[in-house]
Amino acid sequence: MSQPLLHALHFVLALLLSPLLFGIINRVKAKVAGRHGKPLLQTYFDLIKLLRKGCVRSDCTTPVFTLAPCIQISATVLALYFLPLGGVASPAGFAGDFLLVSYLLAAGRFVIMLAALDTGSSFEGMGASREATFSAFAEPVLFLAMIVLTSFYMDLGHSEAYAFSLGTLFGGQSALAWLNGKLELLFIPPVFFLLLLVENSRIPVDDPTTHLELTMIHEVMILDHSGPDLALILYASTVKLWFFASLIASLFIPPMQIWQESLLWLLLIFLLAVILGLLESSMARLRLHRVPALIGAAGMMAALALILSQMR
Amino acid sequence: MQNIPSFSYLHTCSLDSLPRENEATFLALLGQALKEGARPLAYFALPKMADETGQSLLAVLAQDGQRRLLALRSIPLTSVASLTPSFPALHLFERALNEEGMELRGHPWCKPVRVAPDLRSPGSPPFPFFRTTGSQVHEVAVGPVHAGIIEPGHFRFQCAGEEVIHLEIALGYQHRGLEALVLKKPLETLPMLFECTAGDTSIGHALAHALIIERLQNRSLSARVSETRALALELERLANHVGDLGAIAGDTGFLPTSAWNGRIRGDILTMTAILTGNRFGRNLVVPGTVRRSPDAKTCSDLEERRKTALRDARGAIDCMMKSPSVLERMRETGKVSAGMAKKLGLVGVCARASGIPVDARKNAPFEDETLPFAPALAETGDVLGRVQVRIREVETSFAMVEKSLTILSALEREPVPPRPPLRPLPKNTLAVSQVEGFRGEIVHVAVTNAENAFLTYRVIDPSFHNWMGLAVALRGNQISDFPLCNKSFNLSYCGHDL
Repeated sequence: MSQPLLHALHFVLALLLSPLLFGIINRVKAKVAGRHGKPLLQTYFDLIKLLRKGCVRSDCTTPVFTLAPCIQISATVLALYFLPLGGVASPAGFAGDFLLVSYLLAAGRFVIMLAALDTGSSFEGMGASREATFSAFAEPVLFLAMIVLTSFYMDLGHSEAYAFSLGTLFGGQSALAWLNGKLELLFIPPVFFLLLLVENSRIPVDDPTTHLELTMIHEVMILDHSGPDLALILYASTVKLWFFASLIASLFIPPMQIWQESLLWLLLIFLLAVILGLLESSMARLRLHRVPALIGAAGMMAALALILSQMR
Repeated sequence: MQNIPSFSYLHTCSLDSLPRENEATFLALLGQALKEGARPLAYFALPKMADETGQSLLAVLAQDGQRRLLALRSIPLTSVASLTPSFPALHLFERALNEEGMELRGHPWCKPVRVAPDLRSPGSPPFPFFRTTGSQVHEVAVGPVHAGIIEPGHFRFQCAGEEVIHLEIALGYQHRGLEALVLKKPLETLPMLFECTAGDTSIGHALAHALIIERLQNRSLSARVSETRALALELERLANHVGDLGAIAGDTGFLPTSAWNGRIRGDILTMTAILTGNRFGRNLVVPGTVRRSPDAKTCSDLEERRKTALRDARGAIDCMMKSPSVLERMRETGKVSAGMAKKLGLVGVCARASGIPVDARKNAPFEDETLPFAPALAETGDVLGRVQVRIREVETSFAMVEKSLTILSALEREPVPPRPPLRPLPKNTLAVSQVEGFRGEIVHVAVTNAENAFLTYRVIDPSFHNWMGLAVALRGNQISDFPLCNKSFNLSYCGHDL
């Protein structure tokens, strides 16, 4: 099978399976707490239910509010398309595409923040302010981690045009490298894991199960969305979780047979969901003003990896 | 305090023995007693008599060390100077006085207590909410409709960014006119009314009411009856404390304890159901007796369940208190200093968390004897302090339940007296009861008239004192910490609103 076709297959698989991640996380959390828990497919049921409902929109909102979910879902799905999936590089990849991808994600976040502000609710304003603060901290860390990977590929003698594309950065060479002793690269998966927690509003950054508006970050921004609008936002957040889980998984997949790579890719992503569930069952969320310290720790790890790899 | 009439908390006090002081003397004596460490239990106006122009004020204070109560009465007044600037513990009592028609001179914060901002009569001026101004200040209004299944209340935060400058709490949405209802209902139906004063404190309030009637009618209780009551009260405390600890864990995002404690609370409610026939202890306590008392077989069943619940509760609480992330979250959050707690007259768990040893089980036990434990105290006054006090009380309550069960199974042969016929109430008498409910000290105050009926009946739920504590605890904290602080106080809306 040709590369573009394989990537398209993986892409469709990702879009189909992403709501399953929430199901796995919730099931793990329930089991640890001694409960039976929601069905694994609950997110699918929720999406179907929401899509069949009508939309209630406040009179004081503008088209910003209406358009935001569509823009966010398009940006997120497009960002996923640029990612190498299951060891297959995206046919759309180009040198420097990681900049485009991170700003696609940022654009999705930005429109949701605008929509939150558009409602004029003090809760949603607070949520938007928190989201803006934490993403401003998270963005440089993401780039720092990318730079570590780039410098590693440059050291391998790849040309700039090649080393600056996501297809290379997450293409499997890094897994081979740390297996062969470049251990400083092992700092990178934890960095991406912390970024996953921040970007997807998971414990200890945010509590996705809380009903308390005053403590929320992501959930409070979408309080006014309903029906299909909410379904789009919910689906976008599952795709975003898949995006970050896939980034991390790619760092662990060495070059192998293509079917082995895609199987390992799926396994690792589901394993990450289980790890997330265990993490969320075993710790409380951080005090809000401690979150930047967590992101700072991720930044430190990325910087350390960069220094160590340059010292060799 | 020699010039203030005092009486033992176990007895009543004849209204005629209280001299009618003029305003200046009344306030001077009240101020003096508060300065010397007496704690205000109730401060209210008696209904207007036909031949009087104003209402006489009545203040009841507690001297915890001596286990004596002080009572002060004034001549009929239409206006009184406020003592709140010097004694903030009186501030809500004075606001309630104002709401009932007394003019309060010099009160700094004279707002409605039980008339909710959106339930006032049309055309009334806008509710005088406190407001902070400044370019960086924003206001967040929460409620009265909340995201969870809780009671209605309106909270207004003045914030600079995430930091809370001030929180104002406006209640009254649950006002049912309970105190007025007491005067209209036949005496024998009152236990049912008090069981739903605050639904989670059914036993506490029913007990406080039963004590009032028993003290007025000078009845003594058999050992089996008092022991059954003590057992029910501790079970109510256990169920609520365990539930609260789980809810606090849930608010920090720590799911295991949150889920387990919900289940363990259910197990304890089942014990209450076995004891009383109702999971919330309804229909147990009536003046003069209890409707049910366990036999030896039920006692041994309850003892088995107690052991299981204790083991489970210890495990769940341990898991939470060994998690560094939970401890970090609770430490230094929502702090109330001992001085502030004393000033505001906090009671119950919130006061003990700040190191103030008020516990009605110690200060006003049902019989004149000393309980074999010291009030559970913490020093820090933060969320962690309130959690630690609850944990210690869970331990002592489990021990007290065990003791009560042993005593009750030995008393199996003693008959439970049937509900005694109601005798007429004595004339012109003041009766006070104090019961340590799970939140804190519940106070009921009754005054009878010359026609052997209640002239007035006052209910002071611990929440009445403690809501202001929550507002103060939030100052300088993060607004995102409010739900956690709120849960650690766990105050009753309907207990406050009556």
